[in-house]
Amino acid sequence: MIGRVLLGAAVLFLLAFLLTPTSFAWLFQPFTRNNAPAIYTQTPLWSLTLSHLALVGMAVVASTVIALVLAVLVTRPAGREFLPLARTVTAVGQTFPPVAVLALAVPIMGFGAGPTLVALFLYGLLPVFENALAGLTGQPPQVAEAARGMGLTPRQRLTQVDLPLALPVILGGMRLTAVISLGTATIGSTVAAKTLGEVIIAGLLSSNTAFVLQGGMVVGIIAVLLHEGFQTLERMAAARTGLNR
Amino acid sequence: MSDMIEIRNLTKRYDGAVAVEDVSFTVESGQIAALVGTSGSGKTTLLRMINRLVEPTSGQVLIDGEDSHSLPGYLLRRRIGYAIQGHGLFPHRTVAQNIATVPRLLGWSADQIRDRVDELLNLFQLDPDAFRDRMPHELSGGQQQRVGVARALAAKPDLLLMDEPFGALDPVIRAKAQDDLRHIQRQLGTTLILVTHDMEEAVTLGDRIAVMDKGRLVQYGPPSEILTAPATPFVRDLIGMRERPFHLLSLTPAHAIATEGEAPGAPIARDASLREALAECLWSGRSAVPVEGGGIVTLAALQAHAAPTARAAE
Repeated sequence: MIGRVLLGAAVLFLLAFLLTPTSFAWLFQPFTRNNAPAIYTQTPLWSLTLSHLALVGMAVVASTVIALVLAVLVTRPAGREFLPLARTVTAVGQTFPPVAVLALAVPIMGFGAGPTLVALFLYGLLPVFENALAGLTGQPPQVAEAARGMGLTPRQRLTQVDLPLALPVILGGMRLTAVISLGTATIGSTVAAKTLGEVIIAGLLSSNTAFVLQGGMVVGIIAVLLHEGFQTLERMAAARTGLNR
Repeated sequence: MSDMIEIRNLTKRYDGAVAVEDVSFTVESGQIAALVGTSGSGKTTLLRMINRLVEPTSGQVLIDGEDSHSLPGYLLRRRIGYAIQGHGLFPHRTVAQNIATVPRLLGWSADQIRDRVDELLNLFQLDPDAFRDRMPHELSGGQQQRVGVARALAAKPDLLLMDEPFGALDPVIRAKAQDDLRHIQRQLGTTLILVTHDMEEAVTLGDRIAVMDKGRLVQYGPPSEILTAPATPFVRDLIGMRERPFHLLSLTPAHAIATEGEAPGAPIARDASLREALAECLWSGRSAVPVEGGGIVTLAALQAHAAPTARAAE
């Protein structure tokens, strides 16, 4: 109950701050020096937030689709031998620093949202892939036996039994990917992607702690909200299957 | 009666290790065959070869004279009911959706499916209005098991395969579930092949018992024959010397050996087993009990019936 009230308060605060950032100037004034502006106004914060979210959304959808396809393929009898390869690819995607991806991608793709999208996509593959793998392989053996015994074809077993039962775990993977991407996307502004990182970088360049704080705060609050939203979805999906998390 | 299922020289080897070796037997239409054996005896593998969840290394299964390999495995399995230990209900689907699984695969109309689901729920003494929309995890173990069997029977299969269907139930519910199954099987005329490790269950339910040991079929026959003339020491061990007379008594209904006469006390049901008659005699200290509808069963008759020599003379 208290959690819900806090979340509601966070949503209201975030909306109020994004729509009328200047009315919160008093809050950030203490963090400025030499009469520097307390609120970033070069680009409207709501516009940066929307493009930040759009970038993260696209990256999460892309990672999820590719990771799911990979996980389904390597759990089929014909694809089983590719499991170690797929694991390696997604693990490398996770360990390769996003900054390095940006540096490598800019010469090819130019400045803007493209390189950031690639970096986030690679970074987000692993959680969805590993969770989907766990969800698809960790089902009660009797259920799989019954599904075969009833005469479901392999495709029907995948779409009607395996994937619906794995849904809560897959959503868990998407939650991790979304939260990680949300934070990581800020570095996209070093290569001119429109993200909330722009505010943070402006703060760093001008030694204005207030800018850094407000950029970080908006990202942080959205991360918490995303996390809670996904967890609610996971709980609903898990309750529907009757499987305890 | 026609031969419903004919199993011919069925063999399964895994990398040279034998799971099932050259098993042949026939189950007639409408009968119950119980496959009994210890774990690792190959009984489950044998059962799963009938609906081709396991592909045999060699041998044939004929269903109504038709080779089971004449259609793809998944189509074959839609025609054969299959119920397993721990029910295997789909946890994300309601009771009605679970039962409707095979009819839906076969493309029945929504009306047909709804009627069939309600019919089966009634048959298994589950009120359709109360149970249709429940999720499996909201049911008790006994209810889950009944829904599992109802699902296996949904598309009116002529053949039903069951793998330890009552294994997860406690003894009280198990006895009731066995009774109900027997009743429903007789009512529908479904041929049933059942795997169990419990000789008592095999004797109670089976018209025929197939005893498996180390992948081989060591004896196949009616329960009385298995009990009175075990083919090998293994079969005798499986029956259990201490239980043998009681198993034997449980095969015959009271009215079959009732004789003329009068006896005091409350009567037992006509189709109560001799085992129940004996229990009643011993517990109430009577030397004979009356049978509903006339006649008595005497302790002496029971004694004679519990010995293999008496049966051989019949």
